[in-house]
Amino acid sequence: MSSHPEAPAHESAHNTHHAHSHGHEAAHGSFKSYMTGFILSVILTAIPFWLVMNNVIDSKAATASIIMILGAVQVVVHMIYFLHMNAKSEGGWTMLALIFTIIIVVIAMAGSLWVMHHLNANMMPMSPEMMKNMP
Amino acid sequence: METAMSSSNNLTDFIFGRLSWNALPFHEPILVVTFIAVALGGIAVVGALTYFRLWGYLWKEWFTSVDHKKIGIMYVVLALVMLMRGFADAVMMRTQQAIAFGANEGYLPPHHYDQVFTAHGVIMIFFMAMPFVTGIMNYVVPLQIGARDVSFPFLNNFSFWMTTAGAVIIMMSLFIGEFARTGWLAYPPLSGADYSPGVGVDYYIWGLQVAGVGTTLSGINLIATIVKMRAPGMTMMKMPVFTWTSLCTNVLIVATFPILTATLVLLTLDRYVGTHFFTNDLGGNPMMYVNLIWIWGHPEVYILILPAFGIFSEVVASFTGKRLFGYASMVYATVVITILSYLVWLHHFFTMGSGASVNAFFGITTMIISIPTGAKMFNWLFTMYRGRIRYEPPMLWTIGFMLTFVIGGMTGVMLAVPPADFVLHNSLFLIAHFHNVIIGGVVFGLLAGVNYWFPKAFGYKLDPFWGKMSFWFWQIGFWFAFAPLYVLGLMGVTRRVNHFEDASLQIWFVIAAFGAFLIALGIASFVIQLIVSFLKRDQLRDTTGDPWDARTLEWSTSSPPPDYNFAFTPVVHDHDSWYDMKRRGYVRPLEGFKPIHMPKNTGTGVILSGLSVALAFGLIWYMWWLAALSFLGIIVVAIAHTFNYKRDFYIPVETVTTTENARTKQLAEQA
Amino acid sequence: MSNTHAVSADKPEFYLTEEHHPESSTMLGFWIYLMSDCLMFAVLFVTYAVLGRNYAAGPAPADLFDLKLVAINTAMLLFSSITYGFAMLRMEKNDRSGTLLWLFVTGIFGAIFLALELYEFNHLIHEGAGPDRSAFLSIFFTLVGTHGLHVTFGTIWLITLMVQVAKFGLVEANRRRLMCLSMFWHFLDVIWIGVFSIVYLLGVLG
Repeated sequence: MSSHPEAPAHESAHNTHHAHSHGHEAAHGSFKSYMTGFILSVILTAIPFWLVMNNVIDSKAATASIIMILGAVQVVVHMIYFLHMNAKSEGGWTMLALIFTIIIVVIAMAGSLWVMHHLNANMMPMSPEMMKNMP
Repeated sequence: METAMSSSNNLTDFIFGRLSWNALPFHEPILVVTFIAVALGGIAVVGALTYFRLWGYLWKEWFTSVDHKKIGIMYVVLALVMLMRGFADAVMMRTQQAIAFGANEGYLPPHHYDQVFTAHGVIMIFFMAMPFVTGIMNYVVPLQIGARDVSFPFLNNFSFWMTTAGAVIIMMSLFIGEFARTGWLAYPPLSGADYSPGVGVDYYIWGLQVAGVGTTLSGINLIATIVKMRAPGMTMMKMPVFTWTSLCTNVLIVATFPILTATLVLLTLDRYVGTHFFTNDLGGNPMMYVNLIWIWGHPEVYILILPAFGIFSEVVASFTGKRLFGYASMVYATVVITILSYLVWLHHFFTMGSGASVNAFFGITTMIISIPTGAKMFNWLFTMYRGRIRYEPPMLWTIGFMLTFVIGGMTGVMLAVPPADFVLHNSLFLIAHFHNVIIGGVVFGLLAGVNYWFPKAFGYKLDPFWGKMSFWFWQIGFWFAFAPLYVLGLMGVTRRVNHFEDASLQIWFVIAAFGAFLIALGIASFVIQLIVSFLKRDQLRDTTGDPWDARTLEWSTSSPPPDYNFAFTPVVHDHDSWYDMKRRGYVRPLEGFKPIHMPKNTGTGVILSGLSVALAFGLIWYMWWLAALSFLGIIVVAIAHTFNYKRDFYIPVETVTTTENARTKQLAEQA
Repeated sequence: MSNTHAVSADKPEFYLTEEHHPESSTMLGFWIYLMSDCLMFAVLFVTYAVLGRNYAAGPAPADLFDLKLVAINTAMLLFSSITYGFAMLRMEKNDRSGTLLWLFVTGIFGAIFLALELYEFNHLIHEGAGPDRSAFLSIFFTLVGTHGLHVTFGTIWLITLMVQVAKFGLVEANRRRLMCLSMFWHFLDVIWIGVFSIVYLLGVLG
């Protein structure tokens, strides 16, 4: 796997620099990008906590949607600033793998919810309230 | 006195958990006889290996090898051993059902019969078909893409040993304790702690989890290999079709086995911790398990069939001497199947009650998935059209597949119609259908692959006479064994039953048993084929490296290939790259060899796999000290392994030159 | 086809005469592993979505969760992410002790996260709200616990890597491993976004 069998013995700058440029280009951030990501994440985390802990909005549905949207945005922020995702790294294969995974996750989650909702509706006709309190 | 007794009991409980003498099946004559046979056979093998001083050779050259070719061969050997076990289960079931009518109870009581059909399904899918497919992919893919090895050679060895560990765990259940009596997917609540309190389901869970680690990691490994290690010039649309289907299969493996793992973890927690995921009380929902397991389960059947499609594509092109018809459409069909396989899972439980709209959606998607499959069938037919077909065994298996699989596919489309499924579900019609596609598709494909690539792996062809015997016994036996099940299924006979009252059904089961007997002859012919070919290896020797006048890169190197596969990395210009090289006057290089960089062997995979078996055994029998110790051992060994930085070496240029000169001489003699 | 030298000039090249070194597959392979791990979490999340409201007449999220604790926990994980980022920046500057220092800080944040999570679990179980109380609590403990288990393994890995960096320096193999752990660590942070949004916040919201 390692292309330098004697690598642990010496760590000249030349050697490490060569390894760096050979293997994983474009997968590094700068101090600025890490801080941008961090600050955005703090904001995107603080808002939903504040909304729920202080009951800021009356409508539960509205709060829930905001939480989900901010969560999704924060996932994207992490992907870009911390995981250094872009369309070019590894010849686009990481992006392709991510898109494929998202498709499968969406199919599995949406499909399961749809299927299980219908199963519950047909096989256990009772209200969610009853479900909560059923022993 | 009493306290002394109970404290000694406590100690025994602590050491052995729930393992006791009663767990050993002395009261089951069938198992005792089997055990004696296995023990004698085992002693004979161990004795022979010791007598011929082969342990060191096996350890150094095979068990610790990180060579993808050797690992591939070991996978196939594992699959063939497990095929014997799974087929023995099948014969037991066929015999029982052929005799157990009316007053005759047969020889397998229900609790034993239930273990047999569960073991048959689990072994055939997870420990026969999966290792077989993985083994052939492991062997062929790096050669087809012009690589020296896979991306992560140690991981490859580790994956193989984890799969083997899973098989060992399943096999242990035969003689220590019992196996699950739940069917191969272990639906709760039957598989929950309340209804299956014994160790059977625990054997099932840990066997699959340990093997699943190996399967997932080998999937990751092969994807990375295909993406990163292709020879220069081999763009995606110049990859051989088998490599394409392997890529899609491994994508499916990586994107589905985690779902199986997570689902089984939830079942495990239900059994060990008392959670309520799939229980009947406190908010659990068994239907969720069925839903989740089939999100894995349906792509799983495509994991098995796609590489078989790839094998047929290679075989058809080679044995008709033509370029594969519609290469691009073949690739697109494969990719479409990969995606669509995630959209059909509910057809496995139409009758559970999700209602008309859900059933309609999944019924339609299921019918749609037959379209790309049909497109492939036409591609193979058009390749054969006006070709010079050579009816060697690989081609026979391919033609047998085309005839058999189409019928299996059509009964599948019948089952995809929800109203029809309400009549046919859980019946022997279903059993006939999936054996029709799995035997007619996967098994025929794998046997075609073995006949096709055997000369590459071992340097001599398989004997064609016994190959043809094997083919005809399998082909005819298959129809005798499963056509009666279609008939019985249409009459409403359900699966997983060990005794019937209605004597008029017996004749069909007798015919099916006769079919199983013919298949047994087919398997025996295959074994004879291996032995005869070994004895006649000098006559069957392949000195060219290209015995079939084939078209892809693996045939450009010697048979068997050297450790480093290719002395010089090939450059690819066409998807039939070896054919292209032959046609355009490729001259094999005779000098200028360089030292070749290769990974070193390691025993870590074997050690980790042994510790995993101990961990699983401890968890199955509640021997917590063993589980804790072996888990700790796994962590320590894994960490220690990462402290080894010297994992590679160079094959010296003299060795390369000697090897290549020997080949030059061999080629000259043959010319 | 002719074999004369005149024609071979335009004959294509069929092999490389120099040794071919395909670029390292490790980053791609590890990314694919993360994607498979992601699917495992997807199963747990969808199980939470389906079973998470089945309280079985037992406690509901609003009765159980202390959002202040969750907020502190989230902060710990977020801090550990940025400190890991700093470690990577030091690594690029070839600064061994700087890398080790930031890795150490990251490990401390990870350990605090784990300690708080264990405290929360312990507290819930003592209140009679253990994983065997209801389907909701089963999936809550499993989902959050699986994430915690990942953090635990990440921490063990981090300690191992610190020893290796201290012993062998920032050699190529260690850089590659630090990159992998970096991806793993940030990936766990992404999963945690799902956990605190869906399980804790939406749960308390009711």
